[in-house]
Amino acid sequence: MSVTIKSVHRTFKKSQEEDLIVLDDVNLHIKKEEFITIIGPSGCGKSTLLKIIAGLDRKFHGSILIGGQELTGPGIKQGFIFQEHRLFPWLTVEKNIAADLSLNDSEIRRKVDELIEIVRLKGFEKAYPRELSGGMAQRVAIARALLRNPDVLLLDEPFGALDAFTRTHLQDVLLDIWKKKKTTMILVTHDLDESIYLANRLVIMTPRPGRISQIIEIDMPYPRKKTDVRFQAIRQQVLTEFEKSELIH
Amino acid sequence: MSKARAAIVAGPQAAIKKARYSQNNTVWNTLFKRILIGIRGLILPVLILGIWQFVGSFYDVSDTLLPTPAAIFHSFLDLIFTGELWAHLKISIWRAAVGFGLGAGLGLLFGVIVGFSSRSEQVMDPTFQMLRTIPHLAVAPLFILWFGFGELSKVLLIAKGAFFPIYVNAFLGIRGVDSKLFEVARVLEFSRFHLITKLILPAAMPNILLGIRLSLGVAWLGLVVAELMGSSEGIGYMIMDARQFSNTDIVFVGIIIFAVVGKWTDSLVRVLEAKLLKWRDNFNGDDSSR
Ligand SMILES: Nc1ncnc2c1ncn2[C@@H]1O[C@H](COP(=O)(O)OP(=O)(O)OP(=O)(O)O)[C@@H](O)[C@H]1O
Ligand SMILES: [Mg+2]
Repeated sequence: MSVTIKSVHRTFKKSQEEDLIVLDDVNLHIKKEEFITIIGPSGCGKSTLLKIIAGLDRKFHGSILIGGQELTGPGIKQGFIFQEHRLFPWLTVEKNIAADLSLNDSEIRRKVDELIEIVRLKGFEKAYPRELSGGMAQRVAIARALLRNPDVLLLDEPFGALDAFTRTHLQDVLLDIWKKKKTTMILVTHDLDESIYLANRLVIMTPRPGRISQIIEIDMPYPRKKTDVRFQAIRQQVLTEFEKSELIH
Repeated sequence: MSKARAAIVAGPQAAIKKARYSQNNTVWNTLFKRILIGIRGLILPVLILGIWQFVGSFYDVSDTLLPTPAAIFHSFLDLIFTGELWAHLKISIWRAAVGFGLGAGLGLLFGVIVGFSSRSEQVMDPTFQMLRTIPHLAVAPLFILWFGFGELSKVLLIAKGAFFPIYVNAFLGIRGVDSKLFEVARVLEFSRFHLITKLILPAAMPNILLGIRLSLGVAWLGLVVAELMGSSEGIGYMIMDARQFSNTDIVFVGIIIFAVVGKWTDSLVRVLEAKLLKWRDNFNGDDSSR
């Protein structure tokens, strides 16, 4: 599904008189089956933008079109992986993944087992979230979103809590699903390497007010190697852009 | 109180942790620990009973004022063998159960309704809060006037008491559901039914169970008031009757029965709590020697 973000503005009330402009005239057209990564300093409105695209935040100006249709609200077709894992503490791993779907349904059961395998959580099906590490919990959240086959998957720094190995593994999982399922991916990250490793297009945002300052096409075949010279060249290019917009923090 | 909690909540958790780390001795270790916890809870009562018995046997204390534990135990056995105790207890439990069921059921229902909609909160909550502050003894005469001396007035009095703790707690529990999890439910497109069964009720369950426990306690209190205000059977009546004939030992038996049954029902809810809330990661006190 394509996603069109048209002159989106979002302000939060700071106090009676003062407003905080978080997003100021954000425009972006994301084509079907694109993999977009958004990178920018903390507090520049990345999470806010994702929530607007998900339909969770309706108090914005401008419009969001998903597959050409005006967005009406949140739903399973716009999958969301939050910055925190947000699992239901009273459900076991497998039940968290299934959530409102029944594990007695053999088709659901099969898919859940498959996803548990993919996110490498075999043996923890019956564990409660309190028994998981932060990274394991985040992997459950990823499986929960994937089970629903979203058209658009919104990911808010999903791998922040993971170690380098699991991180790379899940990045590859994401690329795999993207290729197989043709999901449109929009991923927010702080990690430059991650964003270059994954993206078709890399979006750089600047803070106060949040704007898109640069969009960089990454025209490199997958799987990409972080040691590749072209990878390094793009890295350099992005860093230069950052410096230009005085974003180094 | 906290002894039972430790035994029920920490027991299985400690057992699980143990089982993971070492294979041998774990069964004996946990058994030993549980016995130790049990003994710790018994130290104080046994000490008090010992002193009491000692004072009663060796000094001249009137039996009407303070019968010795042995005397109380003796009349306890008497009451059991004549079947009198059971007859009274049966009717008391029946009253408490029906009153509690009625009050707690309605309390849960209204707590959930008011929790769900702020409009019904605005309509109903002020009234409930006003009624909540009216003490049993103030309405007991009215209840008798309206419903007579029979079972109805007693059951309703108990129900009135049991209603409020669970009403307040169910309401609080529902309003306390994490809004971040609500967002998840919206993204996953939960139906209204699943929103209630998968999110709101489990999230409110700790509060609801607390409400049930408090309601049970209040139901017992209501029972005493109801039976003291006039009845011809039940533990409360047994106490009143014995007092009139200066059988203080029987008064003690009645009081102890109230305490024991109250504690026992409370433990029952705790077992339920340990089962339903096993997902919780709780602080169980900080004595490393435990
Ligand atoms: N609910 C809210 N009420 C008031 N202000 C908010 C709210 N949510 C976000 N903000 C403000 O909006 C700005 C952007 O927040 P946002 O969470 O989108 O940042 P972010 O880019 O995701 O940052 P990070 O990388 O640290 O996650 C922040 O300055 C924050 O204070
Ligand atoms: Mg954020």
